[in-house]
Amino acid sequence: MPSYLFWIFSTIMLIGGAAVIAFRNPVSSALSVVTCFVGLAGLFVGLSAFFVGIIQILVYTGAIMVLFLFIIMLLDLKDEEKRTKSLAPLVGGLVLVFAFVVQLIGVLSKSPNKSASVLDQQTLAAAATHFPAGGKIATSLIEGRLPDVHLIGHTLFTDYNLPFQILGVLLLVATIGVIALSKKQAE
Amino acid sequence: MATLNDYLLVSGLLFALGLAGVVLRRNIIIVFMCLELMLSAANLSLVAFSRFNTVNGLPDYNGQMLVFFVITVAAAEVAVGLAIIVALYRTRQTIHTDELTSLKG
Repeated sequence: MPSYLFWIFSTIMLIGGAAVIAFRNPVSSALSVVTCFVGLAGLFVGLSAFFVGIIQILVYTGAIMVLFLFIIMLLDLKDEEKRTKSLAPLVGGLVLVFAFVVQLIGVLSKSPNKSASVLDQQTLAAAATHFPAGGKIATSLIEGRLPDVHLIGHTLFTDYNLPFQILGVLLLVATIGVIALSKKQAE
Repeated sequence: MATLNDYLLVSGLLFALGLAGVVLRRNIIIVFMCLELMLSAANLSLVAFSRFNTVNGLPDYNGQMLVFFVITVAAAEVAVGLAIIVALYRTRQTIHTDELTSLKG
């Protein structure tokens, strides 16, 4: 990913993240989260993680944030905007965050840096030997394309088959739990 | 080309923004959104590690599998959490954390 694209998308992401905290209106905050996630999806695509980038847009900004907006509208939060703030929690929170950022910069300045290896036609064609010849993955790799979705699907249904099925049970349990929670209790 | 430390720095800054939101804001829905920001920051560093650590010349897809699972669990978490918030609002008529003090001894 060219450097200027990286910085553009990270700026979009961080401005969106800062706006979430800065806005008083919950709807504006939710839309800032959407902006932040769009920038994040751009970073994912720049890291050649196309599937995760698409999932980030579809699931997070498409489904989860719409759910948030739906709940905000349902609760009708009008009087949340005018509130006095006490100083002590504000200062405490800022000190905590500042300490975290200082530690982060300290660790990153000491840790060894690493550049991304290039994914050009040659390396991709060399990687094709690890997959069954004539299959979709090997064919795409020899043509010099990264079959991101096929590779993720391959990993998901071979190495991660059991966790994947447990995830299905988890989603079922969550669905039942949500129905039980949001059902009106009988008097 | 952006290096691994650039990605980790941006991811850490996003995590710090989420942490600031969780600590500073009093509206429970916004606190919940900031939790999502923190999860996404972790996802960004996972994808960066997956891209920068190549296995057989390809990105390490184990990292992206973890991102996939994190996103799915986050979706389930959001659904349950918002249902709890709605139930809370129905009984207490507030989602302001300063007014939810019934657990205080």
